[in-house]
Amino acid sequence: MQSLTSLLAAGTRSFTCRPWPRAVLDPGAWSALAAHLAQGRFTLVSLWGDVDAVHMALLDEASVEAGIATCLCPEGRFPSVGQVHPPAQRLERAVRDLYGHVPEAAPDTRPWLDHGRWGIDAPLGAAQAAGEGEPYAFLAAEGAALHQIPVGPVHAGIIEPGHFRFTCHGETVVRLEARLGYVHKGIEGLMVGASVEEAARLAGRSSGDSTVAFALAFARAVEAARGIGVPPRAIWLRALAAELERLANHFGDVGAICNDAAFALMLAHCGVLRERTLRAAQTAFGNRLMMDVVIPGGLSNDMTPDGIAAVRALVKTARATFPELIRLYDDTTSIQDRTVGTGIVREALARRFGAGGFVGRASGRSFDARRFLPYPPYNQMPFTIPSRQDGDVNARIWIRIQEIEESLSLVTRLLDTLPAGPTQTSVEPGPGEGVAMVEGFRGDIFAYVRLDREGRMARAHLRDPSWFQWPLLEAAIEGNIVADFPLCNKSFNCSYAGHDL
Amino acid sequence: MRQILLKSLLTGPLTEDVPDATEVAALGSAVGAAAQARLGRSLAIREVDAGSCNACELEIHALSNAFYDLERFGLKFVASPRHADVLLVTGPVSRNMAEALQRTHEATPAPKWVVAAGDCAINGGVFAGSYAVMGGVEAVLPVDLRIPGCPPTPTALLQGLLALLNANEGRAAR
Repeated sequence: MQSLTSLLAAGTRSFTCRPWPRAVLDPGAWSALAAHLAQGRFTLVSLWGDVDAVHMALLDEASVEAGIATCLCPEGRFPSVGQVHPPAQRLERAVRDLYGHVPEAAPDTRPWLDHGRWGIDAPLGAAQAAGEGEPYAFLAAEGAALHQIPVGPVHAGIIEPGHFRFTCHGETVVRLEARLGYVHKGIEGLMVGASVEEAARLAGRSSGDSTVAFALAFARAVEAARGIGVPPRAIWLRALAAELERLANHFGDVGAICNDAAFALMLAHCGVLRERTLRAAQTAFGNRLMMDVVIPGGLSNDMTPDGIAAVRALVKTARATFPELIRLYDDTTSIQDRTVGTGIVREALARRFGAGGFVGRASGRSFDARRFLPYPPYNQMPFTIPSRQDGDVNARIWIRIQEIEESLSLVTRLLDTLPAGPTQTSVEPGPGEGVAMVEGFRGDIFAYVRLDREGRMARAHLRDPSWFQWPLLEAAIEGNIVADFPLCNKSFNCSYAGHDL
Repeated sequence: MRQILLKSLLTGPLTEDVPDATEVAALGSAVGAAAQARLGRSLAIREVDAGSCNACELEIHALSNAFYDLERFGLKFVASPRHADVLLVTGPVSRNMAEALQRTHEATPAPKWVVAAGDCAINGGVFAGSYAVMGGVEAVLPVDLRIPGCPPTPTALLQGLLALLNANEGRAAR
């Protein structure tokens, strides 16, 4: 069997892309790759547009390889990958909305991000004036006594906007279809022509809850493109910020999931731990969410001298109080009754969609970007990746609980071994093309950047893990009752902003 | 569970004091006296994400944790605009959300106030100039109060919302 690298070798190799190889394939070879994806040999990382082409990033998990295939579309058409590999469908719809390139023989031709409100078609491609689009046609469900429940885009809670169309038989959900794109802000469009610094600020605002992870993915892609390394102290502090972000989100999620089953005591106590984490981050890095802390070349500022004590105090408090909360969750039958067996994602589906983070790991796909093609300092720091097979809400809570324990241990070791020295190196302006994959709290974030001769952004693409998790939520809720949807949804906690960009 | 509850009773509350009163007064001067007269000491808030990156939502959520305990001030988040006095809007107003925001405003009974929370809601922030955003709440709705920050801290949000209650001069409510 051919590996990914050997299949890409059949194309014209672009030598500028680092560290993953990129090759321009003819439409036949592009479709052959799609067939491999459909057979489950490779994992789709992302699929995104360019002015005159489409790109597709893939992983060969068996031989631990990664690469990018490019299909030129001089006539604005390319062979659809989604026709044989459904995880590509929404990405292709987004390519068509933003660039106008048509995926040939695509099974779903509806727009995705374009709601007919921009006044232009293909804003990053031909950018022609356009009127309002057709009303969105939701997928049908046939049968007696079915009814529909439309929810959103403005929801009852303080959450992001999106529309959910439930088709139900009594209390049971027969089909859920999500419609997203409401928070599309045109980030990839704003990045074209921007300076690296401006683009980094935008990257850090792709999904506010993952600002460190997005900024890190972007920074690492720029550093790969320019062929520069950052000082050891910056590497350690970046990892520290990333683990603090993971802790804050996981604490918040464990509480919020339980709250969606009306177990408010967990939310109150987990909320305190989340707040303490943000306050430690404020002391260490001067910003509660650590926005704009990670920049290309290193860190915007060194950690404050008080930072070490604040983070150590946080670890101590968490170790003292969190185990009690885990016992509380585990010993309370009323909450267990809601979470166990609810919203199951099968392993085959998690693998097919390449679902990352706790969604994948709760369903037997133990992928972690910190381990697969590991980046420093994780290549020098052993840690356990929790994995379960049950794939329900309970499993997704337990993966988070175990990851909290791992992150607390990583934070302690990062502080114990923190190197001295500078935290920044200069990024000389210049051309280049680079990619990076970073593990955020909800899964692997992929970044691609191309810099022009003056070192400005020619193209940047950021792929949130939610792209491959939203479709699984639709599968997970099938056969469950409507009242369990908030619980399932929170256990996924997909990003709307990161997906819509 | 009993142990956790008992411990909470013995350790006392984590809730912190009211944020700096001078800041509140400064923000309050921007809001109408009618607001205070009409609202008394209670405010029902409907939050609307109009294209935020979700960082503002995280800090708005934090207002309900034990440290800030929003509800002790009579401030309360409600599930429907029909129950709301105030729309707390975040994000640069993506074009795809503009109609939903307008309709949420229409569904809110008068008198009503609109708070633009965060730099994006004030002027589009880092997203200003994109084909996909309106460039701030003002482009769609009349704005009564602005709370800057990217994102605003919970303290800044609390000061802003208290300003609505403590307002003592200015113009009438819409």
